[in-house]
Amino acid sequence: MSSRASAPTRFWGWLREHAVMIVGLLVIAYMLVPIVVIFVFSFNDPAGRYNFTWVGFTLEHWKNVFGIPELNEALWVSIKLALLATLISTVIGTMMALALVRHQFFGRRAANFLIVIPMATPEIVMGSSLLSFFLILGTPALGFQTLLIAHVMFCISFVVVVVRSRLIGFDRRLEEAARDLGANSFETFRLVTLPLILPGVFGGAMLAFALSIDDFVISNFNAGTEVTFPLYIFGAFQRGVPVEVNCIAMILFGVTVVAMVFTTLQQRRAEKMASIRPEQEELPPGAVTEIAAT
Amino acid sequence: MGETLKRRAAAYGLLLPGTAWLVVFFLIPLYFLGRLSLNVNLGTYYPFDWHWQNYSDALGLYDTQFFRSFEYSIAATLICLVLAYPLAYAIAFKAGKWRHAMLLAVVAPFFTTYLIRTISWVTILSDESPVVDVLKFLQIAPDGRVLATAPAVIAGLVYNYLPFMVLPIYASLERLDTRLMEAAKDLYANTATTFFKVTLPLSAPGVVAGTLLTFIPATGDYVNAQFLGGSNNQMIGNVIQSLYLKQSDYPAAAALSFVLMAIILIIVLIYIRFAGSEALMGEEGAAA
Repeated sequence: MSSRASAPTRFWGWLREHAVMIVGLLVIAYMLVPIVVIFVFSFNDPAGRYNFTWVGFTLEHWKNVFGIPELNEALWVSIKLALLATLISTVIGTMMALALVRHQFFGRRAANFLIVIPMATPEIVMGSSLLSFFLILGTPALGFQTLLIAHVMFCISFVVVVVRSRLIGFDRRLEEAARDLGANSFETFRLVTLPLILPGVFGGAMLAFALSIDDFVISNFNAGTEVTFPLYIFGAFQRGVPVEVNCIAMILFGVTVVAMVFTTLQQRRAEKMASIRPEQEELPPGAVTEIAAT
Repeated sequence: MGETLKRRAAAYGLLLPGTAWLVVFFLIPLYFLGRLSLNVNLGTYYPFDWHWQNYSDALGLYDTQFFRSFEYSIAATLICLVLAYPLAYAIAFKAGKWRHAMLLAVVAPFFTTYLIRTISWVTILSDESPVVDVLKFLQIAPDGRVLATAPAVIAGLVYNYLPFMVLPIYASLERLDTRLMEAAKDLYANTATTFFKVTLPLSAPGVVAGTLLTFIPATGDYVNAQFLGGSNNQMIGNVIQSLYLKQSDYPAAAALSFVLMAIILIIVLIYIRFAGSEALMGEEGAAA
Protein backbone atom coordinates (compact mmCIF):
# COMPACT_ATOMS: atom_id res chain seq x y z
CA MET A 1 0.00 0.00 0.00
CA SER A 2 1.66 3.22 -1.11
CA SER A 3 1.49 6.40 0.88
CA ARG A 4 -0.15 8.07 -2.09
CA ALA A 5 -3.26 5.88 -1.79
CA SER A 6 -6.38 8.01 -1.53
CA ALA A 7 -8.16 8.45 1.78
CA PRO A 8 -11.11 6.12 1.01
CA THR A 9 -8.75 3.37 -0.19
CA ARG A 10 -6.74 3.73 2.97
CA PHE A 11 -9.93 3.58 4.99
CA TRP A 12 -11.10 0.35 3.33
CA GLY A 13 -7.63 -1.12 3.73
CA TRP A 14 -7.66 -0.29 7.41
CA LEU A 15 -11.15 -1.74 7.76
CA ARG A 16 -10.11 -5.00 6.08
CA GLU A 17 -7.06 -5.25 8.30
CA HIS A 18 -9.02 -4.74 11.50
CA ALA A 19 -12.40 -6.25 10.55
CA VAL A 20 -12.07 -9.23 12.91
CA MET A 21 -11.13 -7.00 15.82
CA ILE A 22 -13.98 -4.59 15.11
CA VAL A 23 -16.52 -7.43 15.06
CA GLY A 24 -14.93 -8.82 18.24
CA LEU A 25 -15.22 -5.47 20.02
CA LEU A 26 -18.85 -5.09 18.92
CA VAL A 27 -19.62 -8.53 20.38
CA ILE A 28 -17.90 -7.52 23.61
CA ALA A 29 -19.97 -4.35 23.68
CA TYR A 30 -23.10 -6.51 23.31
CA MET A 31 -21.94 -8.54 26.30
CA LEU A 32 -21.22 -5.51 28.46
CA VAL A 33 -24.25 -3.33 27.66
CA PRO A 34 -26.56 -5.04 30.20
CA ILE A 35 -23.98 -4.55 32.96
CA VAL A 36 -23.77 -0.84 32.15
CA VAL A 37 -27.58 -0.68 32.19
CA ILE A 38 -27.70 -2.39 35.60
CA PHE A 39 -25.16 0.12 36.89
CA VAL A 40 -26.91 3.18 35.45
CA PHE A 41 -30.34 2.04 36.65
CA SER A 42 -29.00 1.57 40.19
CA PHE A 43 -29.10 5.39 40.31
CA ASN A 44 -32.60 5.61 38.88
CA ASP A 45 -35.48 7.12 40.77
CA PRO A 46 -38.38 5.14 39.25
CA ALA A 47 -41.83 6.67 39.31
CA GLY A 48 -43.69 3.46 40.08
CA ARG A 49 -42.69 0.01 41.20
CA TYR A 50 -40.99 -0.85 37.93
CA ASN A 51 -37.39 0.12 37.27
CA PHE A 52 -37.59 -0.13 33.47
CA THR A 53 -37.58 3.51 32.32
CA TRP A 54 -35.18 6.25 33.31
CA VAL A 55 -36.80 8.92 35.49
CA GLY A 56 -34.10 10.75 37.39
CA PHE A 57 -30.82 10.46 39.26
CA THR A 58 -30.75 9.59 42.95
CA LEU A 59 -28.34 8.09 45.45
CA GLU A 60 -31.24 7.09 47.68
CA HIS A 61 -31.10 3.39 46.81
CA TRP A 62 -27.37 3.17 47.34
CA LYS A 63 -27.85 4.64 50.81
CA ASN A 64 -30.64 2.15 51.43
CA VAL A 65 -28.83 -0.90 49.98
CA PHE A 66 -29.41 -3.08 53.01
CA GLY A 67 -32.72 -1.49 53.99
CA ILE A 68 -35.04 -4.21 52.70
CA PRO A 69 -35.28 -7.01 55.29
CA GLU A 70 -36.50 -9.78 52.93
CA LEU A 71 -33.75 -8.94 50.47
CA ASN A 72 -31.10 -9.03 53.20
CA GLU A 73 -32.38 -12.35 54.41
CA ALA A 74 -32.35 -13.82 50.90
CA LEU A 75 -28.83 -12.53 50.34
CA TRP A 76 -27.67 -14.00 53.62
CA VAL A 77 -29.19 -17.40 52.75
CA SER A 78 -27.41 -17.29 49.38
CA ILE A 79 -24.06 -16.41 50.94
CA LYS A 80 -24.33 -19.11 53.61
CA LEU A 81 -25.40 -21.63 51.02
CA ALA A 82 -22.63 -20.69 48.60
CA LEU A 83 -19.94 -20.81 51.31
CA LEU A 84 -21.01 -24.25 52.52
CA ALA A 85 -21.50 -25.64 49.02
CA THR A 86 -18.10 -24.27 48.00
CA LEU A 87 -16.36 -25.76 51.02
CA ILE A 88 -17.87 -29.23 50.57
CA SER A 89 -17.59 -29.39 46.79
CA THR A 90 -14.02 -28.07 46.80
CA VAL A 91 -12.81 -30.67 49.29
CA ILE A 92 -14.63 -33.54 47.57
CA GLY A 93 -13.76 -32.32 44.09
CA THR A 94 -10.07 -31.84 44.86
CA MET A 95 -9.90 -35.38 46.25
CA MET A 96 -11.51 -36.70 43.05
CA ALA A 97 -9.12 -34.71 40.87
CA LEU A 98 -6.13 -36.08 42.80
CA ALA A 99 -7.38 -39.63 42.35
CA LEU A 100 -8.03 -39.15 38.63
CA VAL A 101 -4.72 -37.55 37.75
CA ARG A 102 -2.38 -39.55 39.94
CA HIS A 103 -3.78 -43.04 40.08
CA GLN A 104 -4.52 -45.71 37.55
CA PHE A 105 -7.42 -47.81 38.71
CA PHE A 106 -10.30 -49.87 37.48
CA GLY A 107 -13.33 -47.70 36.78
CA ARG A 108 -11.39 -44.57 35.88
CA ARG A 109 -13.31 -44.12 32.66
CA ALA A 110 -16.61 -44.51 34.48
CA ALA A 111 -15.53 -41.92 37.04
CA ASN A 112 -14.60 -39.49 34.26
CA PHE A 113 -17.96 -40.08 32.65
CA LEU A 114 -19.79 -39.51 35.94
CA ILE A 115 -18.08 -36.12 36.20
CA VAL A 116 -18.90 -35.07 32.64
CA ILE A 117 -22.60 -35.94 32.48
CA PRO A 118 -23.87 -33.48 35.09
CA MET A 119 -22.22 -30.72 33.04
CA ALA A 120 -23.98 -32.00 29.91
CA THR A 121 -27.41 -32.22 31.53
CA PRO A 122 -29.81 -29.28 31.32
CA GLU A 123 -30.33 -27.68 34.70
CA ILE A 124 -34.05 -28.18 34.50
CA VAL A 125 -33.58 -31.96 34.27
CA MET A 126 -31.23 -31.96 37.27
CA GLY A 127 -33.58 -29.76 39.25
CA SER A 128 -36.70 -31.73 38.43
CA SER A 129 -35.08 -35.14 38.98
CA LEU A 130 -33.79 -34.09 42.40
CA LEU A 131 -37.23 -32.78 43.28
CA SER A 132 -38.76 -36.11 42.18
CA PHE A 133 -36.21 -37.89 44.36
CA PHE A 134 -37.03 -35.79 47.43
CA LEU A 135 -40.78 -36.02 46.78
CA ILE A 136 -40.80 -39.81 46.50
CA LEU A 137 -38.50 -40.33 49.47
CA GLY A 138 -40.43 -37.76 51.48
CA THR A 139 -37.22 -36.70 53.22
CA PRO A 140 -35.39 -34.44 53.82
CA ALA A 141 -38.01 -31.69 53.81
CA LEU A 142 -37.40 -29.13 51.05
CA GLY A 143 -35.38 -26.20 52.35
CA PHE A 144 -31.79 -25.25 53.10
CA GLN A 145 -30.63 -28.89 53.33
CA THR A 146 -32.00 -29.87 49.95
CA LEU A 147 -30.56 -26.68 48.43
CA LEU A 148 -27.15 -27.54 49.86
CA ILE A 149 -27.32 -31.09 48.51
CA ALA A 150 -28.26 -29.78 45.07
CA HIS A 151 -25.61 -27.06 44.99
CA VAL A 152 -22.78 -29.38 46.03
CA MET A 153 -23.98 -31.83 43.37
CA PHE A 154 -23.71 -29.39 40.46
CA CYS A 155 -20.48 -27.77 41.72
CA ILE A 156 -18.41 -30.96 42.10
CA SER A 157 -17.81 -31.55 38.38
CA PHE A 158 -16.60 -28.01 37.79
CA VAL A 159 -14.20 -28.15 40.74
CA VAL A 160 -12.78 -31.45 39.45
CA VAL A 161 -12.24 -30.03 35.97
CA VAL A 162 -10.46 -26.89 37.22
CA VAL A 163 -8.26 -28.63 39.80
CA ARG A 164 -7.42 -31.47 37.39
CA SER A 165 -6.15 -29.01 34.80
CA ARG A 166 -3.74 -27.59 37.40
CA LEU A 167 -2.58 -31.02 38.55
CA ILE A 168 -1.63 -32.22 35.09
CA GLY A 169 1.43 -29.97 34.91
CA PHE A 170 2.51 -30.80 38.46
CA ASP A 171 6.15 -31.80 38.96
CA ARG A 172 5.96 -34.93 41.11
CA ARG A 173 9.69 -34.81 41.80
CA LEU A 174 9.02 -32.02 44.31
CA GLU A 175 6.99 -34.45 46.43
CA GLU A 176 9.60 -37.15 46.09
CA ALA A 177 12.22 -34.67 47.27
CA ALA A 178 10.12 -33.91 50.35
CA ARG A 179 9.84 -37.63 51.11
CA ASP A 180 13.58 -38.03 50.71
CA LEU A 181 14.05 -35.27 53.23
CA GLY A 182 12.04 -37.29 55.72
CA ALA A 183 8.55 -35.83 55.43
CA ASN A 184 5.70 -38.28 55.91
CA SER A 185 2.72 -38.44 53.52
CA PHE A 186 0.68 -35.92 55.44
CA GLU A 187 3.54 -33.45 55.81
CA THR A 188 4.38 -33.84 52.13
CA PHE A 189 0.79 -33.06 51.24
CA ARG A 190 0.49 -30.12 53.60
CA LEU A 191 3.87 -28.52 52.93
CA VAL A 192 4.48 -29.31 49.26
CA THR A 193 1.45 -30.57 47.35
CA LEU A 194 -1.20 -28.29 48.80
CA PRO A 195 0.66 -24.99 48.40
CA LEU A 196 1.44 -25.85 44.78
CA ILE A 197 -2.07 -26.88 43.79
CA LEU A 198 -3.66 -24.18 45.94
CA PRO A 199 -4.20 -21.69 43.09
CA GLY A 200 -6.06 -24.39 41.17
CA VAL A 201 -8.08 -25.33 44.24
CA PHE A 202 -8.81 -21.66 44.84
CA GLY A 203 -9.87 -21.24 41.21
CA GLY A 204 -12.20 -24.24 41.52
CA ALA A 205 -13.60 -22.86 44.77
CA MET A 206 -14.27 -19.47 43.17
CA LEU A 207 -16.09 -21.09 40.28
CA ALA A 208 -18.16 -23.19 42.70
CA PHE A 209 -19.04 -20.09 44.72
CA ALA A 210 -20.03 -18.17 41.59
CA LEU A 211 -22.18 -21.04 40.30
CA SER A 212 -23.87 -21.52 43.64
CA ILE A 213 -24.66 -17.90 44.42
CA ASP A 214 -26.03 -17.40 40.90
CA ASP A 215 -28.07 -20.57 40.61
CA PHE A 216 -31.73 -20.10 39.95
CA VAL A 217 -33.17 -23.08 38.06
CA ILE A 218 -32.12 -25.94 40.34
CA SER A 219 -32.81 -23.85 43.45
CA ASN A 220 -36.27 -22.97 42.20
CA PHE A 221 -37.14 -26.67 42.20
CA ASN A 222 -35.62 -27.63 45.52
CA ALA A 223 -35.97 -24.59 47.76
CA GLY A 224 -39.34 -25.28 49.34
CA THR A 225 -40.09 -22.07 51.18
CA GLU A 226 -36.45 -21.02 51.52
CA VAL A 227 -35.64 -17.88 49.49
CA THR A 228 -32.21 -17.27 47.97
CA PHE A 229 -31.08 -14.05 46.30
CA PRO A 230 -31.98 -15.20 42.74
CA LEU A 231 -35.28 -16.62 43.98
CA TYR A 232 -36.07 -13.30 45.63
CA ILE A 233 -35.47 -11.50 42.33
CA PHE A 234 -37.64 -13.97 40.46
CA GLY A 235 -40.43 -13.53 42.99
CA ALA A 236 -40.10 -9.75 42.89
CA PHE A 237 -40.18 -9.55 39.08
CA GLN A 238 -43.96 -9.44 38.75
CA ARG A 239 -44.49 -6.79 41.40
CA GLY A 240 -41.36 -4.81 40.45
CA VAL A 241 -37.74 -5.48 41.37
CA PRO A 242 -36.51 -2.86 43.88
CA VAL A 243 -33.61 -0.69 42.69
CA GLU A 244 -31.55 -1.91 45.66
CA VAL A 245 -31.19 -5.22 43.81
CA ASN A 246 -29.19 -3.38 41.12
CA CYS A 247 -26.94 -1.90 43.81
CA ILE A 248 -26.33 -5.32 45.36
CA ALA A 249 -25.65 -6.78 41.92
CA MET A 250 -23.01 -4.10 41.34
CA ILE A 251 -21.44 -4.74 44.76
CA LEU A 252 -21.22 -8.46 43.95
CA PHE A 253 -19.77 -7.54 40.55
CA GLY A 254 -17.07 -5.39 42.17
CA VAL A 255 -16.16 -8.04 44.73
CA THR A 256 -15.89 -10.69 42.00
CA VAL A 257 -13.66 -8.54 39.81
CA VAL A 258 -11.31 -7.91 42.74
CA ALA A 259 -11.27 -11.63 43.59
CA MET A 260 -10.58 -12.50 39.95
CA VAL A 261 -7.64 -10.10 39.70
CA PHE A 262 -6.30 -11.38 43.02
CA THR A 263 -6.49 -15.05 41.90
CA THR A 264 -4.82 -14.27 38.59
CA LEU A 265 -1.94 -12.57 40.37
CA GLN A 266 -1.67 -15.43 42.88
CA GLN A 267 -1.63 -17.95 40.06
CA ARG A 268 1.18 -16.12 38.31
CA ARG A 269 3.16 -16.04 41.56
CA ALA A 270 2.62 -19.77 42.08
CA GLU A 271 3.70 -20.50 38.52
CA LYS A 272 6.87 -18.53 39.10
CA MET A 273 7.50 -20.33 42.38
CA ALA A 274 7.01 -23.72 40.77
CA SER A 275 9.38 -22.90 37.94
CA ILE A 276 12.23 -21.80 40.22
CA ARG A 277 14.50 -24.74 40.84
CA PRO A 278 18.14 -24.95 41.80
CA GLU A 279 20.53 -25.57 38.96
CA GLN A 280 20.81 -29.27 38.48
CA GLU A 281 22.05 -31.81 36.07
CA GLU A 282 19.36 -33.61 34.17
CA LEU A 283 18.73 -36.92 35.92
CA PRO A 284 17.77 -39.89 33.82
CA PRO A 285 14.03 -40.58 34.12
CA GLY A 286 13.32 -42.98 36.93
CA ALA A 287 16.50 -42.10 38.82
CA VAL A 288 14.60 -40.04 41.35
CA THR A 289 12.13 -42.84 41.96
CA GLU A 290 14.98 -45.25 42.50
CA ILE A 291 16.62 -42.91 44.97
CA ALA A 292 13.31 -42.42 46.71
CA ALA A 293 12.74 -46.15 46.94
CA THR A 294 15.97 -46.84 48.79
CA MET B 1 2.63 -55.74 46.35
CA GLY B 2 1.45 -54.17 49.58
CA GLU B 3 2.43 -50.80 48.17
CA THR B 4 0.24 -51.16 45.04
CA LEU B 5 -2.68 -52.28 47.17
CA LYS B 6 -2.23 -49.30 49.42
CA ARG B 7 -2.06 -46.96 46.44
CA ARG B 8 -5.18 -48.45 44.92
CA ALA B 9 -7.01 -48.11 48.23
CA ALA B 10 -5.88 -44.48 48.40
CA ALA B 11 -7.30 -43.84 44.92
CA TYR B 12 -10.68 -45.31 45.78
CA GLY B 13 -10.68 -43.51 49.12
CA LEU B 14 -10.11 -40.17 47.40
CA LEU B 15 -12.75 -40.95 44.84
CA LEU B 16 -15.42 -42.22 47.18
CA PRO B 17 -17.11 -39.08 48.61
CA GLY B 18 -17.50 -37.34 45.26
CA THR B 19 -18.64 -40.45 43.45
CA ALA B 20 -21.13 -41.25 46.20
CA TRP B 21 -22.53 -37.71 46.08
CA LEU B 22 -22.94 -37.79 42.30
CA VAL B 23 -24.46 -41.28 42.29
CA VAL B 24 -26.91 -40.59 45.11
CA PHE B 25 -27.91 -37.05 44.12
CA PHE B 26 -27.52 -37.13 40.36
CA LEU B 27 -27.86 -40.66 38.94
CA ILE B 28 -30.41 -42.09 41.36
CA PRO B 29 -32.67 -39.00 41.05
CA LEU B 30 -32.72 -39.61 37.28
CA TYR B 31 -34.12 -43.06 38.02
CA PHE B 32 -36.71 -41.47 40.31
CA LEU B 33 -37.59 -39.00 37.58
CA GLY B 34 -38.28 -41.91 35.25
CA ARG B 35 -40.28 -43.67 37.92
CA LEU B 36 -42.36 -40.61 38.74
CA SER B 37 -43.17 -40.21 35.06
CA LEU B 38 -44.92 -43.58 35.19
CA ASN B 39 -47.06 -42.73 38.20
CA VAL B 40 -50.72 -42.03 37.76
CA ASN B 41 -51.97 -38.61 38.80
CA LEU B 42 -54.99 -39.02 41.10
CA GLY B 43 -55.06 -35.39 42.14
CA THR B 44 -53.83 -35.74 45.68
CA TYR B 45 -51.58 -38.76 45.46
CA TYR B 46 -49.55 -40.40 42.73
CA PRO B 47 -49.25 -44.18 42.93
CA PHE B 48 -46.81 -46.01 40.64
CA ASP B 49 -48.67 -47.75 37.83
CA TRP B 50 -46.54 -48.06 34.66
CA HIS B 51 -48.72 -45.27 33.38
CA TRP B 52 -47.15 -44.80 29.92
CA GLN B 53 -50.09 -42.68 28.92
CA ASN B 54 -48.43 -39.75 30.71
CA TYR B 55 -45.99 -39.59 27.83
CA SER B 56 -48.53 -39.54 25.02
CA ASP B 57 -50.74 -37.09 26.93
CA ALA B 58 -47.92 -34.72 27.78
CA LEU B 59 -46.39 -34.82 24.31
CA GLY B 60 -49.78 -34.35 22.69
CA LEU B 61 -50.50 -31.30 24.83
CA TYR B 62 -47.11 -29.64 24.70
CA ASP B 63 -45.59 -30.61 21.36
CA THR B 64 -45.62 -26.92 20.26
CA GLN B 65 -43.45 -25.90 23.18
CA PHE B 66 -41.11 -28.81 22.51
CA PHE B 67 -40.55 -27.87 18.89
CA ARG B 68 -40.26 -24.21 19.82
CA SER B 69 -37.55 -24.98 22.40
CA PHE B 70 -35.39 -26.71 19.83
CA GLU B 71 -36.11 -24.03 17.24
CA TYR B 72 -35.01 -21.27 19.64
CA SER B 73 -32.00 -23.11 21.02
CA ILE B 74 -30.70 -24.11 17.58
CA ALA B 75 -31.15 -20.54 16.32
CA ALA B 76 -29.40 -19.18 19.42
CA THR B 77 -26.54 -21.68 19.06
CA LEU B 78 -25.94 -20.74 15.42
CA ILE B 79 -26.03 -17.01 16.16
CA CYS B 80 -23.67 -17.55 19.10
CA LEU B 81 -21.27 -19.39 16.81
CA VAL B 82 -21.31 -16.59 14.23
CA LEU B 83 -20.68 -13.95 16.93
CA ALA B 84 -18.26 -15.93 19.06
CA TYR B 85 -15.85 -17.14 16.39
CA PRO B 86 -14.60 -13.70 15.27
CA LEU B 87 -14.33 -12.61 18.90
CA ALA B 88 -12.36 -15.73 19.91
CA TYR B 89 -10.18 -15.30 16.81
CA ALA B 90 -9.54 -11.64 17.64
CA ILE B 91 -8.59 -12.49 21.23
CA ALA B 92 -6.31 -15.34 20.19
CA PHE B 93 -4.47 -13.68 17.29
CA LYS B 94 -5.09 -9.95 17.23
CA ALA B 95 -5.42 -8.76 20.80
CA GLY B 96 -1.75 -8.75 21.80
CA LYS B 97 -1.38 -7.25 25.24
CA TRP B 98 -5.14 -6.70 25.44
CA ARG B 99 -5.77 -10.44 25.50
CA HIS B 100 -6.37 -10.68 29.25
CA ALA B 101 -8.57 -7.59 29.33
CA MET B 102 -10.73 -8.99 26.52
CA LEU B 103 -11.02 -12.37 28.21
CA LEU B 104 -12.06 -10.61 31.40
CA ALA B 105 -14.74 -8.76 29.43
CA VAL B 106 -16.02 -12.09 28.07
CA VAL B 107 -16.49 -13.56 31.54
CA ALA B 108 -17.62 -10.27 33.12
CA PRO B 109 -21.35 -11.04 32.59
CA PHE B 110 -20.91 -14.05 34.90
CA PHE B 111 -20.05 -11.64 37.70
CA THR B 112 -23.59 -10.33 37.82
CA THR B 113 -26.57 -12.46 38.67
CA TYR B 114 -28.08 -14.31 35.71
CA LEU B 115 -31.61 -13.12 36.50
CA ILE B 116 -30.58 -9.47 36.82
CA ARG B 117 -28.73 -9.63 33.52
CA THR B 118 -31.83 -10.99 31.85
CA ILE B 119 -34.06 -8.41 33.50
CA SER B 120 -31.61 -5.79 32.25
CA TRP B 121 -32.60 -6.87 28.74
CA VAL B 122 -36.21 -6.22 29.67
CA THR B 123 -35.13 -2.65 30.37
CA ILE B 124 -33.15 -2.39 27.14
CA LEU B 125 -35.96 -3.82 25.00
CA SER B 126 -38.91 -2.27 26.82
CA ASP B 127 -41.42 -0.43 24.65
CA GLU B 128 -40.20 3.09 25.51
CA SER B 129 -36.49 2.38 25.25
CA PRO B 130 -34.30 4.22 22.72
CA VAL B 131 -33.07 0.88 21.34
CA VAL B 132 -36.60 -0.04 20.33
CA ASP B 133 -37.09 3.43 18.80
CA VAL B 134 -34.05 2.84 16.60
CA LEU B 135 -35.29 -0.61 15.62
CA LYS B 136 -38.69 0.85 14.78
CA PHE B 137 -37.05 3.55 12.71
CA LEU B 138 -35.07 0.92 10.81
CA GLN B 139 -38.30 -1.02 10.25
CA ILE B 140 -36.80 -4.00 12.07
CA ALA B 141 -39.57 -4.00 14.66
CA PRO B 142 -42.58 -3.08 12.54
CA ASP B 143 -45.12 -4.00 15.21
CA GLY B 144 -43.41 -1.50 17.48
CA ARG B 145 -42.63 -4.16 20.05
CA VAL B 146 -39.60 -6.28 20.71
CA LEU B 147 -40.50 -7.70 24.09
CA ALA B 148 -42.75 -10.75 24.01
CA THR B 149 -41.49 -11.84 20.59
CA ALA B 150 -39.38 -14.79 19.47
CA PRO B 151 -36.36 -12.60 18.52
CA ALA B 152 -36.31 -11.15 22.05
CA VAL B 153 -36.15 -14.63 23.60
CA ILE B 154 -33.49 -15.78 21.13
CA ALA B 155 -31.46 -12.60 21.73
CA GLY B 156 -31.63 -13.27 25.46
CA LEU B 157 -30.46 -16.85 24.98
CA VAL B 158 -27.63 -15.69 22.70
CA TYR B 159 -26.54 -13.13 25.26
CA ASN B 160 -26.64 -15.49 28.23
CA TYR B 161 -24.79 -18.39 26.58
CA LEU B 162 -22.29 -16.48 24.42
CA PRO B 163 -19.35 -16.87 26.85
CA PHE B 164 -19.84 -20.66 26.76
CA MET B 165 -19.23 -20.48 23.01
CA VAL B 166 -16.36 -17.99 23.08
CA LEU B 167 -14.19 -19.67 25.72
CA PRO B 168 -13.82 -23.18 24.21
CA ILE B 169 -13.25 -21.75 20.71
CA TYR B 170 -10.64 -19.39 22.12
CA ALA B 171 -8.98 -22.27 23.99
CA SER B 172 -8.65 -24.34 20.81
CA LEU B 173 -7.45 -21.40 18.71
CA GLU B 174 -4.90 -20.43 21.33
CA ARG B 175 -3.40 -23.93 21.30
CA LEU B 176 -3.21 -23.88 17.51
CA ASP B 177 0.27 -23.97 16.00
CA THR B 178 0.46 -20.68 14.10
CA ARG B 179 3.25 -22.06 11.93
CA LEU B 180 0.61 -24.10 10.12
CA MET B 181 -1.15 -20.91 9.11
CA GLU B 182 2.15 -19.42 7.98
CA ALA B 183 2.89 -22.57 6.01
CA ALA B 184 -0.47 -22.23 4.23
CA LYS B 185 0.43 -18.65 3.30
CA ASP B 186 3.86 -19.74 2.04
CA LEU B 187 2.09 -22.25 -0.16
CA TYR B 188 0.10 -19.37 -1.69
CA ALA B 189 -3.19 -19.96 0.06
CA ASN B 190 -5.12 -16.71 0.37
CA THR B 191 -6.66 -15.60 3.65
CA ALA B 192 -9.99 -17.31 3.03
CA THR B 193 -8.42 -20.60 1.95
CA THR B 194 -6.08 -20.58 4.95
CA PHE B 195 -9.01 -20.01 7.24
CA PHE B 196 -11.31 -22.68 5.79
CA LYS B 197 -8.63 -25.31 5.14
CA VAL B 198 -6.38 -24.82 8.17
CA THR B 199 -7.68 -22.64 10.99
CA LEU B 200 -11.32 -23.71 11.06
CA PRO B 201 -10.71 -27.50 10.92
CA LEU B 202 -8.07 -27.24 13.64
CA SER B 203 -10.40 -25.31 15.90
CA ALA B 204 -13.22 -27.83 15.38
CA PRO B 205 -12.95 -29.32 18.90
CA GLY B 206 -13.58 -25.86 20.35
CA VAL B 207 -16.54 -25.34 18.04
CA VAL B 208 -18.02 -28.71 18.99
CA ALA B 209 -17.57 -28.06 22.71
CA GLY B 210 -18.95 -24.52 22.38
CA THR B 211 -22.03 -25.54 20.43
CA LEU B 212 -22.81 -28.26 22.97
CA LEU B 213 -22.25 -25.96 25.95
CA THR B 214 -24.65 -23.48 24.34
CA PHE B 215 -27.24 -25.82 22.89
CA ILE B 216 -27.79 -28.02 25.97
CA PRO B 217 -28.57 -25.31 28.54
CA ALA B 218 -30.40 -23.13 26.00
CA THR B 219 -32.87 -25.91 25.21
CA GLY B 220 -33.83 -26.36 28.85
CA ASP B 221 -33.79 -22.64 29.66
CA TYR B 222 -36.98 -21.00 30.81
CA VAL B 223 -35.81 -17.74 32.35
CA ASN B 224 -35.39 -15.94 29.01
CA ALA B 225 -38.80 -17.06 27.75
CA GLN B 226 -40.33 -16.08 31.08
CA PHE B 227 -38.93 -12.54 31.12
CA LEU B 228 -38.48 -11.66 27.46
CA GLY B 229 -41.17 -13.77 25.79
CA GLY B 230 -44.93 -13.62 25.75
CA SER B 231 -47.44 -16.42 26.10
CA ASN B 232 -46.66 -17.45 22.51
CA ASN B 233 -42.96 -17.84 23.22
CA GLN B 234 -43.03 -20.26 26.14
CA MET B 235 -40.48 -23.06 25.94
CA ILE B 236 -40.67 -26.59 27.31
CA GLY B 237 -38.78 -25.47 30.42
CA ASN B 238 -41.58 -23.09 31.29
CA VAL B 239 -44.10 -25.92 30.98
CA ILE B 240 -42.08 -28.32 33.13
CA GLN B 241 -41.51 -25.63 35.74
CA SER B 242 -45.16 -24.71 35.89
CA LEU B 243 -46.39 -28.32 36.00
CA TYR B 244 -44.03 -29.10 38.87
CA LEU B 245 -44.26 -25.98 40.97
CA LYS B 246 -47.66 -24.48 40.22
CA GLN B 247 -49.97 -27.26 39.07
CA SER B 248 -48.36 -30.13 41.01
CA ASP B 249 -48.89 -32.43 38.03
CA TYR B 250 -45.69 -34.28 38.83
CA PRO B 251 -46.10 -37.32 36.55
CA ALA B 252 -46.68 -35.20 33.43
CA ALA B 253 -43.82 -32.86 34.36
CA ALA B 254 -41.49 -35.79 34.97
CA ALA B 255 -42.46 -37.33 31.62
CA LEU B 256 -41.68 -34.08 29.78
CA SER B 257 -38.40 -33.68 31.64
CA PHE B 258 -37.42 -37.24 30.81
CA VAL B 259 -38.25 -36.82 27.12
CA LEU B 260 -36.29 -33.54 27.03
CA MET B 261 -33.24 -35.26 28.45
CA ALA B 262 -33.59 -38.22 26.09
CA ILE B 263 -33.88 -36.01 22.99
CA ILE B 264 -30.91 -33.86 24.03
CA LEU B 265 -28.88 -36.99 24.74
CA ILE B 266 -29.69 -38.46 21.32
CA ILE B 267 -28.82 -35.20 19.54
CA VAL B 268 -25.56 -34.90 21.48
CA LEU B 269 -24.60 -38.52 20.75
CA ILE B 270 -25.30 -38.15 17.03
CA TYR B 271 -23.41 -34.87 17.00
CA ILE B 272 -20.27 -36.18 18.71
CA ARG B 273 -20.42 -39.33 16.59
CA PHE B 274 -19.83 -37.03 13.62
CA ALA B 275 -17.62 -34.49 15.31
CA GLY B 276 -15.46 -36.72 17.53
CA SER B 277 -15.67 -37.24 21.26
CA GLU B 278 -12.46 -35.45 22.30
CA ALA B 279 -14.29 -32.16 22.47
CA LEU B 280 -16.83 -33.26 25.04
CA MET B 281 -14.67 -35.42 27.24
CA GLY B 282 -11.53 -33.29 26.95
CA GLU B 283 -8.21 -34.80 25.93
CA GLU B 284 -7.97 -36.45 29.31
CA GLY B 285 -11.25 -38.30 28.81
CA ALA B 286 -10.44 -39.30 25.25
CA ALA B 287 -7.10 -40.68 26.34
CA ALA B 288 -8.53 -42.72 29.18
